[in-house]
Amino acid sequence: MLSPLHKQLLNDFQQNMPLSATPYQDIARVLGVTEDEVLLVFQELQDKQFIARIGSVIAPNSIAVSSLMAMSVPPEKLQKTAAIVNQYPEVNHNYERENRFNLWFVLIAKDDQSLQEVIADIELKTGYNTLYLPLIADYFINLGFEIDFND
Amino acid sequence: MIDEIDHQLVALLQQGLPLVSRPYTVIAEKLKLTEDEVLVRVALLKQRGVIKRLGVIVNHRRLGYRANAMVVFDVSDILIKQIAEHVSQFSFVNLCYQRPRQGEPWPYNLYCMIHGKDRQKVLLQLEYLKESCGLKQCASEVLFSKQCFKQRGALYQRSSDKEKSVING
Repeated sequence: MLSPLHKQLLNDFQQNMPLSATPYQDIARVLGVTEDEVLLVFQELQDKQFIARIGSVIAPNSIAVSSLMAMSVPPEKLQKTAAIVNQYPEVNHNYERENRFNLWFVLIAKDDQSLQEVIADIELKTGYNTLYLPLIADYFINLGFEIDFND
Repeated sequence: MIDEIDHQLVALLQQGLPLVSRPYTVIAEKLKLTEDEVLVRVALLKQRGVIKRLGVIVNHRRLGYRANAMVVFDVSDILIKQIAEHVSQFSFVNLCYQRPRQGEPWPYNLYCMIHGKDRQKVLLQLEYLKESCGLKQCASEVLFSKQCFKQRGALYQRSSDKEKSVING
């Protein structure tokens, strides 16, 4: 279903996107195709949601403060609680996980005070306490995600 | 060191680079800068490590990676750096973080993520990881993700431009 060009565009430019005025032309040159083909396939990959976006990943706590949060919510209250949490623009990721702590989300705010205010508000509105799990150190070096197209 | 324009630039980059021949001109126009000025700022943000990477951000779930495990360990505070660096070297490990323990309910300080297509395979990879990194004796838990309620690029917004930069809700 995915052509070799689709696969290359998914895999090869997660870390090494050329930083130039014409990044798509540069990619086209590397792959030996036209810029229009690159733009077309990227558009298709975005439309089909294989690509979330072509953009930046910001180092945690470099220009804002963030934290992973966890909540233990009775299963029958999970949907409602997740919907309340989702309403906050400070929430980026929000997942159910298989655990007694079953709701996991990431908060980001402009400073620590705003972050603590949002946490207090979420605890008040949902009625559940949170685990506050801010990053202490990031040990991961190999960025990007190697896709296995074989199975 | 990071000014208001950098903040706005990051907010725009988080929305995604436009799919046009000269994408930085689109961003430059919004910030009332030249294309060159934008490129220099992006290069500096990368150099300073604010932008950790710039490129294609894939949607794991859509690509068939649905067995997504967060694994947490309670490891020695003295050895954590050494252990984490070892853990990070495995190709199937996608993230590796240290976070504070939260007492008895959550005594874990090391987090890693394994994205896989198949749960059994992820569990085998985890066993291999534990054995290789000397983690078999450590308390640990595996948390597979179930429902995704929200997933988007982090919003970097100033309180003043909250409305402007809300994206991909």
